Amino acid sequence: MNMLIAIAALAAGTYLIRLSGALLRKRITLSTHAEKVIKAGAMVVLLALTVTSSLLVDGGFAGWALPAGVLIGGVLAWRRAPLAVVVVAAAATTALLRLAGVA
Amino acid sequence: MPIAFFERHGFRGLDRKLLRDIAALAAGILIVGISFGAIATSQGVPWWQSSAMSLFVYAGAAQFATMGIMTAGGGLVAGVAAGLILNLRHIPYGMAVGGIYWTGLRSKLIGTHLLIDQSTAFALAAGDDPRRARQAFWTVGVSLFLVWNVGTVIGAFAGQLVADPKVLGLDAALPAILLALVMPSLKDRRTLLAGVLGTAVALATSFFLPAGIPVLLAVIGVVVMGKGTGKKEETA
Repeated sequence: MNMLIAIAALAAGTYLIRLSGALLRKRITLSTHAEKVIKAGAMVVLLALTVTSSLLVDGGFAGWALPAGVLIGGVLAWRRAPLAVVVVAAAATTALLRLAGVA
Repeated sequence: MPIAFFERHGFRGLDRKLLRDIAALAAGILIVGISFGAIATSQGVPWWQSSAMSLFVYAGAAQFATMGIMTAGGGLVAGVAAGLILNLRHIPYGMAVGGIYWTGLRSKLIGTHLLIDQSTAFALAAGDDPRRARQAFWTVGVSLFLVWNVGTVIGAFAGQLVADPKVLGLDAALPAILLALVMPSLKDRRTLLAGVLGTAVALATSFFLPAGIPVLLAVIGVVVMGKGTGKKEETA
């Protein structure tokens, strides 16, 4: 029963959170610059999410295999490799490092 | 129905490169969805509950967190709070790309539910072309919604047949995708500076704030964007 309440609360809360961003946007008169800053804000959040989720797991260092894979993917992306190549290279690097015993 | 929906919103030929990119992403999300369903089942959660969660919440990290805390006996309030805090980052996402689906009522209602890291990242990566941004947002949002839910059901029933995403290195693939999508915008000097500052704030606060708050605090980085230089910027 508790799980059902949790699902309902998480679903409703998440929907409201998602809604609030778009509603806030409507309230702000968007100049070209404001639009640019808001887009940069979302980009910054995505970048921070990428970096923190590559380096930290459960509040501690994630180990070397994970950031190494992300880094390889990042380098390939920078060299304009297709996304499928980025994905496979990042996953393979991390998987092989772990297979070799690197945490 | 979905095809008719797309066509009415100005979709004709979908960009091939976009579809290829999304296929790579969808494969990853499918396996993460399978692992979500499998973990839920292994903790004694019935398949229809994990499926309902994927259907109505549609936010991977929050689902793992809430499910994990609940099944570990951490309690309802702690479980829901952890998930909601993780999802706060959707506020800046909605501010940035909300305009894409802020058209008709149905589009607003459905688009809101499809607002996730990847639909935001793909839409932003499409740049200033509104048609491409709209295409990217909806295609990513709908495709990932489908694979996430199919994955959850598969995982709930047959999760033990599929390898651990960590063994496959998938935990590296998903951040790498986001990094690849964000990267082109970092060529802009001030966006890069904002990104470095914001990421530093997120990393530093990760050690004492609950997961979800640090990445939200990263928006502080945009202070370096300044007040804008008016006309100069528009011509730049």
